[in-house]
Amino acid sequence: MSGGQQDDSLKIIGGTLFDGAGKETENPGLLIRGGKVAALGASARSASAEQEFDASGCVIAPGFIDLCCNLREPGNGQKGNIATETLAAAHGGFTAVCASPETSPVNDSSAVTHLIREGAVSRGAVRVLPIGAITRGLDGELLSDLAGLQKAGCVAVGNGSRGVRNARILRRCMAYAQTFGLTVMFSPENQALAADGYAHDGQVATRLGLLGIPEVAETAAVMEMLLLAEETGVKLHLSQLSSARSVDMLADARSRGIQVTADVAMHQLCFTEDALAGFDSRYHVRPPLRSEADRKALIAGIQSGVIDAIVSQHQPHDSAAKQAPLPATEPGLSSIESVLSLGLDLVDRGELSRARLLTALTSGPARIVGLSPELVEAAVADICVFDPSERWQPSAQTLVSSGLHAPVLGRDLPGRVRLTLVNGRAVWTDPAR
Amino acid sequence: MTANDPSPNHLQLTRDGQLRHFLTLDGLNRELLTDILDTADSFIEVGERSIKKVPLLRGRTVVNLFFESSTRTRSTFELAAKRLSADVLNLDISTSATSKGESLSDTLLNLEAMASDMFVVRHSQSGAPHFIAESVTPGVAIINAGDGRHAHPTQAMLDMLTIRQHKGGFAGLRVAIVGDILHSRVARSQIRALNELGAAEVRVIAPGTLLPRDVEDLGCTVEYDMARGMKDLDVVIMLRLQKERMEGALLPSEREFYRLYGLNQEKLALAKPDCIVMHPGPINRGVEIESAVADGSQSVILNQVTNGIAIRMAVMSMAMGGQMAERQQKQLDSEGAGA
Repeated sequence: MSGGQQDDSLKIIGGTLFDGAGKETENPGLLIRGGKVAALGASARSASAEQEFDASGCVIAPGFIDLCCNLREPGNGQKGNIATETLAAAHGGFTAVCASPETSPVNDSSAVTHLIREGAVSRGAVRVLPIGAITRGLDGELLSDLAGLQKAGCVAVGNGSRGVRNARILRRCMAYAQTFGLTVMFSPENQALAADGYAHDGQVATRLGLLGIPEVAETAAVMEMLLLAEETGVKLHLSQLSSARSVDMLADARSRGIQVTADVAMHQLCFTEDALAGFDSRYHVRPPLRSEADRKALIAGIQSGVIDAIVSQHQPHDSAAKQAPLPATEPGLSSIESVLSLGLDLVDRGELSRARLLTALTSGPARIVGLSPELVEAAVADICVFDPSERWQPSAQTLVSSGLHAPVLGRDLPGRVRLTLVNGRAVWTDPAR
Repeated sequence: MTANDPSPNHLQLTRDGQLRHFLTLDGLNRELLTDILDTADSFIEVGERSIKKVPLLRGRTVVNLFFESSTRTRSTFELAAKRLSADVLNLDISTSATSKGESLSDTLLNLEAMASDMFVVRHSQSGAPHFIAESVTPGVAIINAGDGRHAHPTQAMLDMLTIRQHKGGFAGLRVAIVGDILHSRVARSQIRALNELGAAEVRVIAPGTLLPRDVEDLGCTVEYDMARGMKDLDVVIMLRLQKERMEGALLPSEREFYRLYGLNQEKLALAKPDCIVMHPGPINRGVEIESAVADGSQSVILNQVTNGIAIRMAVMSMAMGGQMAERQQKQLDSEGAGA
């Protein structure tokens, strides 16, 4: 974030206040000054401020936190960069994003971490929390300098979407990370079972002759990681679950007191393997979209709190990466600007409660990376104001991200972000207003 | 939330249900499939004339776009196009552009600049013809000549033509497909065609490693034991077994596979006496089929090859007809809008 006029004061009146923990109340008046929540309630209402924002009909929430976002910097400028993708995040209501270590070079040294942080300070719209690569080059063989990464500002370490070579190395990664109290983030995937697959091994892959990634590629890895986390005592975070069985195993591990948290990508809550029926490469994601039963179980996991966070798993691409026969395309979709809208669509359909949706975007992920987003006096003013009922159509014109392979293009969706504040400074203001 | 219209029909059919591309048999109804068979029947006679040509595609350019090598399929497509009086360009892409790093999209742009009317596409990746049909300029017809493990619709239709010639129709027929179902685009298209045309039963006979997950959902029953599977059969279709299936622990050995799933006279005797034997070719004698069966009186393998030309003529002429009808319709629409 560029520094600046943090002494600007802003008063937000009207609307509903979501406290980050699950409660919504009428906004009693919110005064922001010096980058913080200066007053809440009658004193805020009567205070004079340089600017006033009428949030009638809107929800005022702590800014959203994304545990899995690809900013493509350094090294993949053709797909996106810190400036474009953090602005897209702000458009989506996010005030902090975890930057995936899958950059070029990989974020496996403090030098790369510093580079990312400097880019974020000079050109980023929102907070950027780097995730370090747990193994050098993400090759899954040799440990990175984890203490150095931690000191440089990595909030957790992981292996991006790539697996670790074998259980022995995984065990050592966990034991070493545990030494420093570092959280390890892994996308559970058994590489030998996933092999060359790119679609859920189910009905649609069978009919279309697509190479399948069986559910057991995920569940076998989840089981192995849970057992190793239990043994090493590391704080384990499972990234981007895709199957019902994984949710069951997670709940069971939690009940046995294992320190494990988890997230799911919003698209896993909205789409299933059926989306690939027309070979639509936008829905080529990893882990793959699975069955309707899996989708329902993942939503239930968010609803019950077994899954802590919803992530964007934002993966901007240049158009060439998606313009090829499905098997030859790169996985991932441009998603960070539509997470809230897709979530509110689920709320409108009665599949998910708004309180759980917002918790999974705020306090759920915050705990995992050591933040505490609360709308109380003296709190840092990272805030998102959105109108939950106003509808919009994402299009190449309205999306900010460099990646335009968003399945939401042209759809009519609820939920527009009106205002995103980071440190009390507006980083996104709805241009339609 | 559902994805955007996933049915292939918006791609391969015109507004009034005519074929304009031929990508998959999914979504094509019995009437259209029968229409293809009837049209092919009428072309069989062309192949018996001394001058084997009809002018249906005169002045049209057909490009055979083979990203995966094939001798038989490509030559029957070439012959079919020539009998329809088209100009034919054969491009063996597997050894040219893409090996120089050119993307499929860029290759296509170059080919479109040559003002072609039809691409016959074979590709190792499932869905490649769909992708091409979605990206080419309107008016160019795409015919799928086999994509990955997905579909080989002209092969399946020539098989249906062969079955109809020998059995008169499909009602009441019991058909088995034997061997490597997992990797087979032919089997997927055959199962779909047989179900749509009204066969009584489609059986797949294979070991568990060569069956895709939930294969029953395609519309077939599963049998692991070949002797049981041969019972009451009217048609048995043998699939080619690739030698590389021994790698990666899909099969222990050719010998064990042949012993369990190879078709010999003894096993054939378990089927109905008039059961016909089919194979999409090229056959591996002694791996999936015994020579005495392949060359025997119940084998119709060579009829399949002859029928292949007629089916391809039918599909090419129908798709070109659909494209032309669509063009005329658009012209009428725009004139109507202008008036």
